[in-house]
Amino acid sequence: MDKEIVIKICTGTGGVASGSEKVLSAFQNAIAATGTEATFNERCTAKKVGCRGFCSKDVLVDIIINGEKTTYKHVKADMVPRIFDEHIVKGNPVAEWTVGDDYHNFHQKQQKVVLSHCGEIDPEDIDAYIAVGGYEAARKAILSMSPEEIVDVVKKSNLRGRGGAGFPTGLKWELGLRIRSDVKYVICNGDEGDPGAFMDRSVMEGDPHSVIEGMIICAKATGSHKGYIYVRAEYPLAVKRLQMAIDTCHDRGFLGNNIFGSDFDFDLRIFQGAGAFVCGEATALMRSIEGKRGMPSPKMWRSAEKGLWDKPTVLNNVETFANVPRIILNGSTWYRNLGTERSGGTKVFSVTGKVKNTGLVEVPLGVPLRHIIYEIGGGIEGDKAFKAIQTGGPSGGCIPAEHLDIEVDYESLAQVGSIMGSGGMVVLDETSCMVNTAKFFLEFTQEESCGKCTPCRIGTKRMLEILDRITRGKGREGDIELLEELARYIRAASLCGLGMTAPNPVLSTLRYFRHEYEAHIREKRCPAAVCRDLITYTIREEICKGCGACKKVCPADAIRGTRKTPHKIDQSLCVKCGTCFDACKFLSIMKA
Amino acid sequence: MEETLQKILENYRNNEGNIVTILQDIEKTFGYIPEEAVTWFSKKLDIPASRFFGVATFYSQFHLRPRGRNIITVCRGTACHVKGSERLINRLLIELDIPDDEDTTPDQKFTVEKVNCIGACGIAPVAVVNHEVHGKMSLDKMMKEVRKLKKTE
Repeated sequence: MDKEIVIKICTGTGGVASGSEKVLSAFQNAIAATGTEATFNERCTAKKVGCRGFCSKDVLVDIIINGEKTTYKHVKADMVPRIFDEHIVKGNPVAEWTVGDDYHNFHQKQQKVVLSHCGEIDPEDIDAYIAVGGYEAARKAILSMSPEEIVDVVKKSNLRGRGGAGFPTGLKWELGLRIRSDVKYVICNGDEGDPGAFMDRSVMEGDPHSVIEGMIICAKATGSHKGYIYVRAEYPLAVKRLQMAIDTCHDRGFLGNNIFGSDFDFDLRIFQGAGAFVCGEATALMRSIEGKRGMPSPKMWRSAEKGLWDKPTVLNNVETFANVPRIILNGSTWYRNLGTERSGGTKVFSVTGKVKNTGLVEVPLGVPLRHIIYEIGGGIEGDKAFKAIQTGGPSGGCIPAEHLDIEVDYESLAQVGSIMGSGGMVVLDETSCMVNTAKFFLEFTQEESCGKCTPCRIGTKRMLEILDRITRGKGREGDIELLEELARYIRAASLCGLGMTAPNPVLSTLRYFRHEYEAHIREKRCPAAVCRDLITYTIREEICKGCGACKKVCPADAIRGTRKTPHKIDQSLCVKCGTCFDACKFLSIMKA
Repeated sequence: MEETLQKILENYRNNEGNIVTILQDIEKTFGYIPEEAVTWFSKKLDIPASRFFGVATFYSQFHLRPRGRNIITVCRGTACHVKGSERLINRLLIELDIPDDEDTTPDQKFTVEKVNCIGACGIAPVAVVNHEVHGKMSLDKMMKEVRKLKKTE
């Protein structure tokens, strides 16, 4: 019997955190111990693959026997022997551990272009990438296309910058090509700073070669011989895999001098960020590579004219570069037809928060928001009521239920007061407080403001102070108007995108959820029972069984009572941490 | 120390380094940025120490004071925030008795810090305990980790 068995184990950051390395070695041990290869004459390999974008079900394991795939979820190392024995040796999958319809639904309703290799190939093996057509596009671009031809294909594909602003990529490359200079740079922006967005991490960890290939093509198109990948400090695994990929590319002659045997030279380096959100802004990022404080500069020139070390620089986002090889291979028409009239292709969103299926979702631009949340995301966790979806991270806004049917692209999101941004989507339900959410984002931008320009440095601080007092029950009449006034000034007068968009979360929540602000200010009440200073925890005596579970876990020793009699919370000691609320099995603790 | 710094200097010269990469190497080696190391480089390279400190205080990766032997980093990205990371942080600060406006215990056993997002949003809330990423963190799981660390100390 000749069987080919492949075991694929997710080893992205999410997978590793859930224990995938132990699962991998358990499979490897089982293969070695049972001598599977010898007894059954099977070719059996266990290999690591990147993130499949469905991290809440990690560790995910695919077992493919003669092309037939079975996927297991929540795999732990101690489950491996049974899976190995029943499925691999005897041929009967362990049905109770396999994924259900929600998993298949989640993937089938997507259209994967950028993520097509993530979770399928071993990111540390260049031959795995080559086997799925890798580096064919770069070879074609280097050996048989002129820079003008490449620029033309990218322009016609309608690809727009996936970092957030949506600038047409082809146009940017054309500018880079036209400028004459002895030195030009290509930079990949992997400083994915938006909290709640992780598609770039997934691509860098799961398919690093596609980013490098996109950069090689860009280098040829713009006549650049040196490139940098700027990766944020918080992504050590991405740095490791990219470095491995760059090293093997050097060995194969895909990077360095005379690549693919041509007379074209291109070399790449990784630059590790040191932890500053503002470095996601192009000019700040370049200052950072130069070894300076990463502060943005006024946009007197386009980066394509004067960028890194004052040389022409083409800078694109990770996802943008990863799209390029596919466009070169499949043609611009194919890509353009995937999206809407104004923006071609697909976009990866990271759907998180109070939704059943959290993970990475790749869909063609123009699909309705509702499709992403309900069809792919599976609806709201615990079947609670949907309240809003926050898109675009700290620069974006909250979109309420009434706009769930908009078709997602750069323009439509802007129309309802939000932005596409890097593609973060956080679903909020009835238990989320909108004032608290706005405050969370402003806290973030205020902390990450580099301090160079006054409107951003001081304006965000003042706005945060007002939001803070509103959530503490100390809001005053006129605070809402003051917030709006400050927001206008900050938007108009800030130096870079960080400041210009910082008021968005406040403005959009004010637009759709003004009543929640008013409840905090006038009634000193948090409708969603989230803001700590506005809620109290009490024990309902008629339900309390006196089990003592709450008393045991209270970190402030604020709960009094003897066994089997109703307990009481001493409000003067209570720190409102909510530990008791979680600990009570009888739901006797009230939060209001 | 001199010898270690010399190595960092060589690495800087061989790899077209800059102030950021020097500071990254120092932080990696010592766990923080000792003042003496900055003075040493400032003299060797004839770059004012203020430029080093300017960069060091700009980026969150650099620390000017020694940190705890155990480092617990709680992610407070949006997804983690929505799933209750603030409660994890508050509980840790109470449990480990960390003074107000500080992030390290006086005996330097523990440092508790926040990070803006480590991009593991699918398994939020997330905490990194001594470089190991833990997903779906609950107060219970967190306290178990803390007790384990306290025992080994």
